[in-house]
Formats: sequence, C-alpha cells, structure tokens
Amino acid sequence: MAATSVLERMLNRRRVLKGMMAGSAITVGLPTFDCLLNDNGNAYAATGAPLQPRFATWFWALGLGEADWRPKDAGTNYELPIQLQALKPIQKKMNLFSGGQVFLDGQSNSTHYTGVQGMMTGKVSSTGGYFGSFDTVITDLIAQGTRFRSIECTASGDPKATWSSRLDTGLQPSEVSPLALYTRIFGPEYKDPNAAEFTPDPDVMVRHSVLSAVKDEREELMRLLGASDRAKLDNYFTSLRTLEQKLAFQLQKPEPLAACTKPGVPEKEKEQALTLATDAMERHNQFAVLLAHALACGQTRSVNYAMTVGMSGLRMEGDPTNHHTYTHEEPIDPVLGYQVKSAWFQSLYMKALYDFAMTMDNIQEGDRTLLDRMVIFAYTDHGAPRLHSIRNYPVITIGSGNGRMKTGMHIPKSGDAVTRVGLTVQQAMGVPISEWGFGSNRVTSSISEVLA
Amino acid sequence: MKNSCFAISRALTVAVSMLPFMAGASLSPASAAENEVPLSLRLSPSQYKQSVLEIFGPSISITGRFEPELRDEGLLAIGARSASISASGVERYDDLARNVAMQVVDAQHRNTLIPCKPVSATAADDACARTFFGAVGRLMYRRPMTDKELATKVRLAGEAANARHDFYIGMQAVLSDMLLSPNFLYRYKTVETDPAVAGKQRLDGYSKATALSFFLWNAPPDDVLLKAAASGDLHTKEGLKRQVDRMVSSPSIEGGVRAFFSDMLGFSDFETLAKDPAFFPRFTPKVIDEAQEQTLRTIVDLLITRQGDYRDLFTTPNTFLTRPLAAVYNVPIVETADNGQPDHWVPYTYKPNDPRAGILAQVSFVALHSPAGRTSPTDRGKALREFILCQAVPPPPGNVDFKFVQDTTNPVYKTTRDRLTAHRSEAMCAGCHKITDPIGLALENFDSAGGFRTKENGVNIDTSGELSGAKFDGPVGLAKVLHDEPAVTACVAKKAFSFGAGRAPSATDAEWQQIQAKFASSKYNFIELLRQIALSDALYSLPSSQVASVQ
Repeated sequence: MAATSVLERMLNRRRVLKGMMAGSAITVGLPTFDCLLNDNGNAYAATGAPLQPRFATWFWALGLGEADWRPKDAGTNYELPIQLQALKPIQKKMNLFSGGQVFLDGQSNSTHYTGVQGMMTGKVSSTGGYFGSFDTVITDLIAQGTRFRSIECTASGDPKATWSSRLDTGLQPSEVSPLALYTRIFGPEYKDPNAAEFTPDPDVMVRHSVLSAVKDEREELMRLLGASDRAKLDNYFTSLRTLEQKLAFQLQKPEPLAACTKPGVPEKEKEQALTLATDAMERHNQFAVLLAHALACGQTRSVNYAMTVGMSGLRMEGDPTNHHTYTHEEPIDPVLGYQVKSAWFQSLYMKALYDFAMTMDNIQEGDRTLLDRMVIFAYTDHGAPRLHSIRNYPVITIGSGNGRMKTGMHIPKSGDAVTRVGLTVQQAMGVPISEWGFGSNRVTSSISEVLA
Repeated sequence: MKNSCFAISRALTVAVSMLPFMAGASLSPASAAENEVPLSLRLSPSQYKQSVLEIFGPSISITGRFEPELRDEGLLAIGARSASISASGVERYDDLARNVAMQVVDAQHRNTLIPCKPVSATAADDACARTFFGAVGRLMYRRPMTDKELATKVRLAGEAANARHDFYIGMQAVLSDMLLSPNFLYRYKTVETDPAVAGKQRLDGYSKATALSFFLWNAPPDDVLLKAAASGDLHTKEGLKRQVDRMVSSPSIEGGVRAFFSDMLGFSDFETLAKDPAFFPRFTPKVIDEAQEQTLRTIVDLLITRQGDYRDLFTTPNTFLTRPLAAVYNVPIVETADNGQPDHWVPYTYKPNDPRAGILAQVSFVALHSPAGRTSPTDRGKALREFILCQAVPPPPGNVDFKFVQDTTNPVYKTTRDRLTAHRSEAMCAGCHKITDPIGLALENFDSAGGFRTKENGVNIDTSGELSGAKFDGPVGLAKVLHDEPAVTACVAKKAFSFGAGRAPSATDAEWQQIQAKFASSKYNFIELLRQIALSDALYSLPSSQVASVQ
C-alpha cells in the first residue's frame, strides 16, 4: 500500500469515481487466450507472475473404522483398504497418513470437537474455544488478489459445519445452498475474466467510495470503548476490509484465465437440512462444481468444505437410524471385523471425496490440472468411530500443490502427533514456519518424505 | 406490537425539534476504562429485522442470510457478547443493507419514507439529505448522530448523487452504509461520568434505553424512550420506573417474550431440523415453522394475555393448532373462521385424559430434540435438563465401549429403554445417563416427529421415571412433577436475567435474590419477573473494573 493518508486515498478514489462515473464507462481490451500462460504453464505470460497454488479442506465425519483400514505397507506400494477403494483411480495423486493422534494434555475430551480442535488449530483447550485453524494461515498467504478470501460450504444444512476458523473472528459461516453460492460467486456481480471487454460497474464504484464513511466511524468508537470491545471492533474492521478488497477486485480488469468457464445454475433446493446420504451426495457434487469453477476463475484460492457435522445425521433410505447412531450401536461384524453399516457411510464419503478431487482434476490449466495445482486436506473428527477415539486418525491429502508435494504414498506414523501433517501441508503451501502446535501437539519437524 | 409503520416519519418531527440539542452534540466524553469484559452485543437476526420494521415499516422486506449466532452459557443473548462478524458475515450484512436501502428509496417508498423532496432528483440536495439522515440516524444508532457523523453522511450522499446524477442513489448508498455500520449492527454500552457519585462512571442514557428496549421489546428504543434518555429521566428511579411500567404494559412486550423463549428453548436449531418424509409424511416444512409458533402462542397466551403462573406452561391443556399441526397431533380441529385457510390458528384445549399437556409435549420440544428417524431419550433428557432446569450435562467421554447397546441379538434388549438400561450399567456412562434418561424416557410416547405412540417394536412403552425423588408415569406425570420442581422457576429467572444482562447473575448478589423472591411472591408472573429485572441494576451495571475511579 502506498504511503498516503486515509484522506488522500479517499480523495483519490473519489476523483477516480467522479471521472469514471460521469457517463464515460471504461472499456479495456484483453489479450487472446493462446498467450495467457507461459510455455511451462506455471505463470501468466503477460506478467510472468507465477500461478498461485490453491488449497482446500474437506471434512468427513466419524473416521474410517477400527484399525482395519490401515494399509500394511508404507511408501508407494500399498493396498488401499475397502473403505478407501473409491479413491483407487487417484491413488497416485494422493497421500494417506495413518496412526497420528491428538494429545489431550490433561484437558477433557469433548467428542466430535476436541480432536478436530487439536488437528486444525494445533491446540487442545477445554475453555479457549476454537480459533485459528491452519487453513486460514495458508489462505492469508495465497489469497491476495482474489474476490473472496475463502469460501466455506457444507451439504449438511448447518451453517456452522465447516471447521475453518480465523484467529480473530472465529468460525467462518458456511454456505448451505448451492444456488445461494452460485449467486454469490457467479451472480450479477461476476466479471468474466475472459470477456473481451471490461466495464467497471458504476454502482460498485459508489459502494467502494462510500464505504469509507463506515471506516471513519472507527476512531470515535474506539475512543469510547473498553479494551475487549475495541478488540471486537478491530475484528469487525478487518472483516470490512475484505469487503473493500472484494469491491476493489470487481473494479479491476481481471487476469484472463483460459480454464475459467461459468457453471450452470443449480436448482433451488427444497429444504436446507438433509438427512438422506444420497441427497447429501447430490448436494456435495453441486458444491464441488461451483468450487472448482470459483478456483479456476480466480474468484478465490481457498475453499473449505464439510460433508456433515461430526455427529453425522445422514441415513440410508428407508432406515430410521443415522450414521452417528450406528457408530455407537452397531456391533462389529465377527467375520468382516468392522461395523458394516457404518462402513457404508465411510465408503460413501470417500466416493464424495473422489468426486470432489475429480471435479478439480477435470479442469486443465496449462500443462497441469487444477487438482495438480492444489492440495486437498481431507480430515475427520475421530479415529476409531465406534469408540470415538482421538487416536489413529486417517488424514488424506490429494494433489501436489503445483509440484510442492510428492504423492502416491502411505505414511504410517503410529502414536505421532497428527499435527505433523498440518505442519507439513503448511510448509508445502509456502507458510514460513518450522514448528507448529502447543504442548504435546507441538511438532518441530515436518514429514520430509512428502515434501518436494 | 407497536404501530411500527414509519417510525421514521414520526421521528422526523422530533428530530427537527432536537436540532438545537444536536447542534454541537458529541458522544459522551468520558474515556473508556480498560475493562476486559465486552459490553457490546451484536444484534441478533430477529433484532435486526425488528429494527428495520420499526424504523421503515412492514412493507420493507428483508431477504438474505445472517451470520450464524453463537450460543454461550445456554443463551444466544450471552453469545452475542463475544460474537464477532466474519468476512463472509460482513458480506451478508452488506447484501441485506443494500436490499433494504434500495427499497427505502425506490419509487414506491421514497415519498413516505424520505420526508422531503429534493430540489432536483438528478443532483445532490444537502438539506433534504440532512433531514433524512438526522431522523433515521437517531433511530438506527439509537442516539442522535454527532454533527461530524451527519456532515459526513450528507457530503458522501451528495458526492454519489452528483456523480451518478441521481439524488436517490446517493441516499441509497449512504443508508446502505449506515446499515452496515458497527453503530447499527452492535449495541454499544458507552459510559459517562456519574455526577451522583464522585469519581464513578455509569452507562449513559442512550445505552440504558437501548439495553432496556431490546430486553423488554426485542426492538430499538422508541421515540419516548429516546427522549427519556436525552432528558436524563432514565438515571432517576422514578423516571426508569415510568418507562418500565409503560413498556411492560405495551403490546410490544410480546416481542420481548417471544425473543426470550425462542432463545431459551433453542429454537435456532429448527434451522437444521429435518425428518424423513418416508416415516413421517405429516411432518412437512410448514409443520417445522408452525411448531415454533404454536409454542410461542401458548406462552404468550398464558404469560401475557392470562398473566398466568409460569409453572403452568408445563401442565396447561390450552394451546393453538393449525390443520398441518393437528394432523401430527392426530386431533380433529374445527375451524370457525377464514373458511378453512390452512394456516389459520385455532385455540385448542386437550381433553382431560389426553396424554399431552404443556409445552414439553409439543412438537417444538419432542421433535426438535430427536434425530431424523427415531427418538433419543438421552437427547430429550439432556435438553430438558439444560434448557428448562439449567442443569449442565457433561459431554460423553471418548473411548466409550457400547457393547451392551450394540448387542441387538440379545432378545432382552428390545426397546430403547432396555438398551439404555444396559448401557447405564457401564460405570463410566452411568453418571450422565442417570440424569438424562429417566426424564427423556417419560416422553417416549412421542415419536421423533411428535406423533403419539404406545408401542415400540411391538412392546408397550414404559414411560415411568423419577425426578428429584418424585416418581411419575408418562408425559403428563412428568409435567406435574416439573410444575412443582423449584429448579424450573429458578432456571427461567436466571435465564431471563442473563438474557437482559448478557451475563449470569451472581448467586450472592442481594439484588438477584430480591428478584427471585419477588418472582415467587407474584405467583411466578413472568411479566413481573421482567419488570423486576428491568428495574434492577442487572441491565445497567458496569464491570467492577469499569466502576473504578476516573482520573
């Protein structure tokens, strides 16, 4: 940011505003598609700016089973267990981490919560709340120049289902409606980066200019409030800045992106909350398409998805008992060695994860696919679901993050802190840290086998 | 409800008459103490909607989504104290604001909601903008705007109007900003020097008016209350009593009562409630909406219209039904008006031997606290303990082995009660299930959608139980025990206090003990409870760090 005063910046904006809005719309010609990326397909040809990697988190409930899902072999030559068979076609593009756990350090274990708290924030606290998940650190690193800092959504109908949480404002609300998400991203305010002409929207110019009035109220309020309220007000203005940046994004000529196309409009859903697993799959796939297009069209570089809340209420058609209840009540099949109906849900979630990844993989960006340019961090709330344990967590990463992660491996880490996977992913995405976490969940080295 | 239409028009006269007062007005000059306790509260979605309704009238529709609320210590009202606004939350408020502002200035509304006409519709008109923003700002910010604030709004509206050659676009843009302002989205408690006690601080009059109004009406202060704030009346016992008495006898008290019980009973969870239509074809989306309304109507009827005893909410045979709800309850209703409109509300009284009584037998409780396909006595018992009795149920421990529950081949464990009894034999599970299951099992006559049943898997359902040593049988028996359970009245008093104060009362606080005593002596008249809390210091006291001397 140039070293100008707020007043100067306001005046400059208003001069531009007045000039632009006095009836003369700006039309900017754009280059043709064949020169969008350089020969290596890893940077914009026009500016030489490198393509930023993209990042996604993907949550599913209630683990994969007892210990039976862990492959016997480590490294690249391993057999996927039955619960993960859906991912077999992309086994070479993923990594499976097993055996990691969350340490309680004397704190109480709140099921469906504490494990995720430890895994995503590096800290277990019975009283400290859920703040600062590591995805937001990655987001802040890669989100510059996008319209949406990140996008959160869930098929569960619960706007509090995703686990992305900022250090200041806490849990980020999720979109529950594909149609609402479509309208938010690709509605009237969307500017096609590949359009031949670009005309700034005069209404957006007015909004961007007048928004300064809200900011002007900050100083007076700060003077009147106590420390705690001032901190809260600061959080509000941080959020307001992202709105200002979003408006600024809409006033700039976007970089052309050959892989960008506008998706179809999803149908309006009948109801917000879902209980049938098949309905959730359908909604998931709608969200996957929208998120893939949002990533390909430069609207965001970071997305967070949750299939359901931890206590998954999804059911099979005609069955009154839901997945969560089955993990508690279903006996282990003496022959197969696992809970059969629970495993049905686990396999379904893995099919959804495969669909999610393939939706990304089907978009070609230069010499790579969108999936190749991103990392999907797929995680769950419990290790063994029957016991709701916080040991032996399955964690899956898919994609190489623009070649920053090696793939195709099973990495067993029995008894290790599962936060090591989080540290590894952060380093792969470029976060300049060498250690992460608190107490026994603090790790000082990453999993070097997977770092390119 | 108050006659809310066009509060802005009514307020205009006041705003103009207050211009001399506002000239040179500034916010309270007292410096903020370094308190660590947040005093500001984020407006709830219902408070936001009610504010827009009160200020601009019912013809302005609010379409859009809100930032999810945060429940803390059992109440969203306490969660509002620590609720921030996320980036996507700001985006949502921005969408809402633009939509409201666009309607206010559109051709249909501008002549009634903007009380002046610009000299030219294609250019700025500072005088008209000043009139409008002065009036509307006082209602939106719940205090007069400062000269500086008003001048900024007028100037920005003028710049936008001249740039776009449209007076109303300028008005729309600035109004939209005001709806996005923290001065509107948060209820700030600001302090001033207390002239009555040397070196002490107190809430200023406008902060008191705002706290009082949202507590009793779930709405922003009206013109009379703002005047009382401006004159200093709210700082005197007599002045405060005049306002409280006026407010509790106003029809708007219904808004406050509805907001409180929606919060206390956890109705925000209806947003994610769904039942399988294959099992419960009568449980339609309409039933979900009407189930909440049924309970709120039952509450309003008993506590406001009849000025009844709060404890009777659990035993009352009186309620209201629509045809979709009556289908779930499997009772015929005869409509005498509106020629059978499907959502017409009809008073209904349960027959003497009806298995239902009170609000806990209603769909809004038994269906809300059940999974989609089947019941969970544990969930219902936990909800009853937490929502009605204010008793915390610890979370289940990790690493629980459910071998008894999972052994469905055992012919002994046929019903839910059988399985839970077996599960309770596990020492690590017994502690919690002992306090949730006996009362939850008493409601097993109601299926997951609230329909009545007597058998599960072909076996008669046993609904006997015990609470605080009192034995009972079935939902009506449970209701009678709850009626006489002291924790029930203590809980609602505590929650009402917390709802208003944004914090739980201290057990040793003499004023709190007095409130409870007066609630009891009023025969548990809920409106009297609200009145006592509004007259106490609960809403207006400052944290001890803030009461410290001002240098």
